[in-house]
Amino acid sequence: MTRAVLSALLGHWQRNPLQLLTLLAGLALGTALWSGVQAINAEAKASYDAAAATLGEGRLAQITAADGGPIDQEIYVALRRAGWNVSPVIVGRLGPIRLVGIDPLTAPQGVGPALAEELIDLNAFISGSGQIFARADTLAQLPQLGAMGVISPDTAPNTAVADIGLAQRLLARAGQIDRLLVAPDQPITRRPLAEVAPGLTEAPPQGGSDVARLTDSFHLNLTAFGLLSFAVGLFIVHGAIGLAFEQRRTMVRTLRALGAPLNHLIAMMIAELAVLALVAGAIGVGLGYLVAAALLPDVAATLRGLYGADVSGQLVLRPVWWLSGLAIALGGTSVAGAGALWSLARMPLLSSAQPRAWAMARRGRAFALVSCGLLAASGAVAIWGQGLMAGFIMLGALLIGGALALPPVLSAVLRLGEAWARGPVAQWFWADTRQQVPGLSLALMALLLAMAANVGVSTMVSSFRLTFTGFLDQRLASEFYVSAGNPAQATAIAALVKGRVDAILPILSVEQPVAGLPAEIYGAKDHATYRDNWQFLRAVPGVWEALSRGEGVLVNEQLFRRAGLDLRAKVPIAPGLSLPVLGIYGDYGNPVGQVILTEAVFRKQFPNVETLRFGLRLDPARVEALRIVLRDAGVADGAMVDQAAIKALSLSVFERTFAVTTALNVLTLAVAGFAILMSLLTLAAMRLPQLAPVWALGLTRARLTGLDLVRTLVLAALTGALALPLGLALAWALLAVVNVEAFGWRLPMYLFPWDYLRLGGLALLAVLLAGLWPAWQLSRIAPARLLGVFRNER
Amino acid sequence: MNVRMLCLGLALLLPLQVMAQGFAGLGGNAEGFAQPRSDRVLQFPVDHGPHPDHRIEWWYLTANLTGPDGTAYGLQWTLFRTALAPRDGQGWDTPQLWMGHAAVTTPDAHFVEERIARGGIGQAGVTAAPFAAWIDDWAMEGPDFDTLRLTASGSVFAYDVQLTAQGPLVLHGQNGYSQKSADGMASHYYSQPFFGVKGTLTLPEGEVAVTGRAWLDREWSSQPLAKDQTGWDWFSLSFDTGDKLMGFVLRGATDFTAATWITGDGDATAFPNGAFAAIPLDYHDVAGREVPVVWQVRLPDRNVDIIVRAMNRDAWMATSVPYWEGPVTISGSHAGEGYLEMTGYGD
Repeated sequence: MTRAVLSALLGHWQRNPLQLLTLLAGLALGTALWSGVQAINAEAKASYDAAAATLGEGRLAQITAADGGPIDQEIYVALRRAGWNVSPVIVGRLGPIRLVGIDPLTAPQGVGPALAEELIDLNAFISGSGQIFARADTLAQLPQLGAMGVISPDTAPNTAVADIGLAQRLLARAGQIDRLLVAPDQPITRRPLAEVAPGLTEAPPQGGSDVARLTDSFHLNLTAFGLLSFAVGLFIVHGAIGLAFEQRRTMVRTLRALGAPLNHLIAMMIAELAVLALVAGAIGVGLGYLVAAALLPDVAATLRGLYGADVSGQLVLRPVWWLSGLAIALGGTSVAGAGALWSLARMPLLSSAQPRAWAMARRGRAFALVSCGLLAASGAVAIWGQGLMAGFIMLGALLIGGALALPPVLSAVLRLGEAWARGPVAQWFWADTRQQVPGLSLALMALLLAMAANVGVSTMVSSFRLTFTGFLDQRLASEFYVSAGNPAQATAIAALVKGRVDAILPILSVEQPVAGLPAEIYGAKDHATYRDNWQFLRAVPGVWEALSRGEGVLVNEQLFRRAGLDLRAKVPIAPGLSLPVLGIYGDYGNPVGQVILTEAVFRKQFPNVETLRFGLRLDPARVEALRIVLRDAGVADGAMVDQAAIKALSLSVFERTFAVTTALNVLTLAVAGFAILMSLLTLAAMRLPQLAPVWALGLTRARLTGLDLVRTLVLAALTGALALPLGLALAWALLAVVNVEAFGWRLPMYLFPWDYLRLGGLALLAVLLAGLWPAWQLSRIAPARLLGVFRNER
Repeated sequence: MNVRMLCLGLALLLPLQVMAQGFAGLGGNAEGFAQPRSDRVLQFPVDHGPHPDHRIEWWYLTANLTGPDGTAYGLQWTLFRTALAPRDGQGWDTPQLWMGHAAVTTPDAHFVEERIARGGIGQAGVTAAPFAAWIDDWAMEGPDFDTLRLTASGSVFAYDVQLTAQGPLVLHGQNGYSQKSADGMASHYYSQPFFGVKGTLTLPEGEVAVTGRAWLDREWSSQPLAKDQTGWDWFSLSFDTGDKLMGFVLRGATDFTAATWITGDGDATAFPNGAFAAIPLDYHDVAGREVPVVWQVRLPDRNVDIIVRAMNRDAWMATSVPYWEGPVTISGSHAGEGYLEMTGYGD
């Protein structure tokens, strides 16, 4: 019997290949975007983890010098001999590559790259010419160092790991250590840090690596995109399964009448759906891989540019995302199919096998109520909510509430249209359109979400770009920036450029917690460059004069918000020194707090900090000549940056962000368009009973077809009109709520009407394309089929 | 870096893994390293210090202690040196590596800690006079080799004890030249088995004042084992009569044994291969391995036929190269206490 039932069930798909295609394509598309995004996130996370593992970031407490300078190697030995289970790390740059020196003998477990089994050779690593572990692409960028390069794919991107002895040699910093990793287990008899090494401070481990926390919001945005696409895919699947099961009601009734047990039938249909879901999921995961592989280089560049996070540009097939892709395909199918199966299971054996499509969804009122509730909740969270999570809850409530509002709003608008309509055809048009809303509502909601997300995300990214480029002009006031590898080189550079430039602006900095928050303290020379270019969000009168007299400090917006500082509030800089805030400046893109002092105050407070970076003022036309002079003097290319290059780099970052955003926009719109196509195809067959009488009254098929297309466009346009405010609300939430919570700064919101228009045009085009085929089918429908409606039976 | 790498690197130090060439590479080629010589006359205090031209070396102290309530404790403090190349050197690229093991055994617990460091930067090392052996905050040091303070600490235990020599140094084998296989593998090996101990153990339950006796082994070599030798069972036993016995079995294609009988005055008699025998009587499952914890030990020449039992069967050294090391009690023809070290039991 199983075989007979199976062949009956499968026969349905054979007769309706389009439905099968819809089901598979909807699920595959949804899964593809979802798993593509997951693949990107997994890759990024693996990169962050590798970076964190290299330095034990996040997991281990760290000891650094209070003045931010290097730690003497003798102090490390003194700490070990006092019972401190610490391990030394030195970090420096070899051109574009970050070189990390570790001591494999004392490094806590999990620090450093996981070395491939066959490469383990402690002897080679720590003695002789030594070894450098890095990814193949990183090794290729390293100059000839005399040490053996060893390929280690688990190492963080653009990072090389060597023994601390070799690293000290390569960085020309013998006897110096940058920080100490503190192992979780410490001897019970160790002496207090302050007693052994008074100049050092210990910072507790931070949950998760800095980079991972920083980039959380970026990844959440991506995930939201993925989830959105999947939701749209689910709408499609829901429609396809619903239709298939409607059409199978007759068959199920017949099979049961012939003696097939209901449980058996249901089980076989569940198995059938599971197989379809797995097939579609597999296709989706495959497509997702392609999507991810295509987008990853741009995403990696964006993350590097925005957050300094190194993410590998190469995609690795990780079980975490392809398994999750399959799981979500299965889960989604069961969600989409549960209702249909449930109603089949409860169908009385002798009930009419009539399709019940029109019985569905007189749910407008319920939708409206839930929607109002969600929107109100979203508003409440916006006003009273705290924290990043609240921001995302607010986003979720806003989007779902907005989507659920669509059917009642559409119905209301269409009713209005109906009221104003003159003439029978127009009245019929509006009434018929309104009647189609329930059938199309899922697809239209998908369109709404896709458009709103597009408006929201592109508004955010574009606002960010406008703000940021303006900000770069302020902040990168010097034409040329040079970093020295060590104090000797710094002195040499300063001597070399003297006379060749208009001004040398030393950039002094030290990382030190301020008011308990991670922060950087900068020492800036009193120079017209700053006065001419910097703009403040808020400042006391005569801010520059007061600053130059050493009477206060400038703080960035992040510190101002996080530490709850205000103008004239005292900021603790060092033991015994607190200075009032004179001005607050925007510092977009910086994860940590920042305090600016005058050079004199800085040097007095942090006498051990060496000047290693300079901003140089000179005629932009002479920048290239200066670069050549410095290069001849042995300054690495990676240590020199000119203003134009930074700006170009920043802009290219944004271009890449846009490329990613645009690609995701187009993909979501395409999926939404597909959903509309499938809904229209589904409806086409069902609404013959509505069309046939109108046709019989004299409306030609061509006229009907035209009206159908217009109807589809009207619905899409109305949806688009609703998507715009929803998208703007989304953008506002991202800029004013999520951004502030995630990064500590608020971006001004700009509007981009032309972009929205273009997006609307694109959406209409997608919908028009989706409507063409059903319309064409309608225009070619045989009059006999229309007449058939009037027969007694169907 | 991870433990795998350490294991392989440090497998050079201690023989636990059965490798192609003897165990833990102790049977590996020692090209360029100095070899033990039977005609070498040990010089003190110089030979208390390190011998960087030899590949491996250790300062190995075990102690049987008693608390105020009569509870027995075991204590271990070991500093291993291994050279990746036969040279000394300052700075990070020295080939001299150091590893410390510290343990305290109670009747129902065993605490272990390990330290690893590089020579050349001051983090670990040994000086002969005044004597100091240290790794991190662990140290065995004093004005001379007879009066030493011994300290170590871990995350749950620590100890600080005073060692006072109550007898002379004892040279094993032929004037301190100790043969390890029939093929002529050997090491330089001497002991100070007469330390009196007084001090404090810090345990999770609190501090315990202890007294007792300790045995310090000093040994260095470059290739002490034959290629087929896969592990050893090492006994250092103190009898109530005042006599002491050091005996070992090196397990290989054929076992190789050696022993030293030490009288209460420190007169030592070395016994050749075959004179000493140790037969496992009972095994215990520890860390997934079957390890013998009850032994019949015989030295017929001295009428020794005793049963040696582990005080705590779980005295497993879960270090980067794991082994069993713990205090034992003695019954049979003689009574007493001592220490047992067993290496090479599966991995």
